[in-house]
Amino acid sequence: MPLPPGTPAPDFELPSTPDQTVSLADFRGQPVILAFYPEDWSPVCSDQMALYQEVLPEFRRFNAELLGISVDGVWCHLAFARDRNLHFPLLADFEPKGEVARAYDAYRAKDGTSERALYVIDSDGAVHWSYVSPVGVNPGADGILRALESLE
Amino acid sequence: MRTEWHPALTVPVSDGRDHIQGPADAPVTLVEYGDYECPYCGAAYPIVKEVQARMGDRLRFVFRNFPITTSHPHAEQAAEAAEAAAAQDRFWEMHDALYENQKRLRDEDLRAYAEELGLDIERFAGELGEHVHEARVHEDFLSGVRSGVNGTPTFYLNGVRHDDSYELETLLAAVEQAAAE
Repeated sequence: MPLPPGTPAPDFELPSTPDQTVSLADFRGQPVILAFYPEDWSPVCSDQMALYQEVLPEFRRFNAELLGISVDGVWCHLAFARDRNLHFPLLADFEPKGEVARAYDAYRAKDGTSERALYVIDSDGAVHWSYVSPVGVNPGADGILRALESLE
Repeated sequence: MRTEWHPALTVPVSDGRDHIQGPADAPVTLVEYGDYECPYCGAAYPIVKEVQARMGDRLRFVFRNFPITTSHPHAEQAAEAAEAAAAQDRFWEMHDALYENQKRLRDEDLRAYAEELGLDIERFAGELGEHVHEARVHEDFLSGVRSGVNGTPTFYLNGVRHDDSYELETLLAAVEQAAAE
């Protein structure tokens, strides 16, 4: 089960490129969408991230920031983002592996990857909505948009 | 907030706005959200045709645009071309031409299909150039996003997302089941 609504979202700082990091606290004051996904390149993930890239303008209407997170390293993320034309940060939950996914109850120890988990964090840094999809199922974007709409 | 929901069509099929094949009183309505450049949609194209052939008047088929432009650079323009053909009452002919020529969707290809269909080329090219149909394509896209489209193609049977495979046997069985309900 993912962290329930109202829980303070665990802060983190993760690399987004070989020389940059992103921390959750950077976005205080605006909603943040955390999209945990198992791995770069696997077919369902790729569709999911391509879909989110396409829906990004809608997320931005809510002033929301989208962060993709998986256990892949930064160079892998960089190649993946370039190949798929993704223009939002992909964070490397790489070392210690899956630490952030664990903090969000979204780690699959058996596979060594994260769940396909979605979080919408409100502008005060609390969990507003969370959802874990079956790992083979792309959860789409409708749940995220509904959650953003229900933010005050 | 509740975290569970059942993905369903949020914008009902409407005669005035949708591209529809088959009778309005058919027991099953199959809605596809598709992308003209997506190979999976290309694979689904003959399957949908076969399902339509087997179901006859018992099926109403609706196509809505869901171009994923980050992966498919020609998908948006192809969708707008289908809408431009629709403005001249030739949507389905263009739809078929696009799926039968998925690897040739450059502007000059689109123009050639419009010529083959005998469309008013000046009007067609003008509308594509000015992106007259962009808003409509985007409206389709957003209605899909809100209905839980999670990749292309995504199908809805009588308004409910079809989460199973769209191989012929599976899709046909699901259509038959929806008809029986």
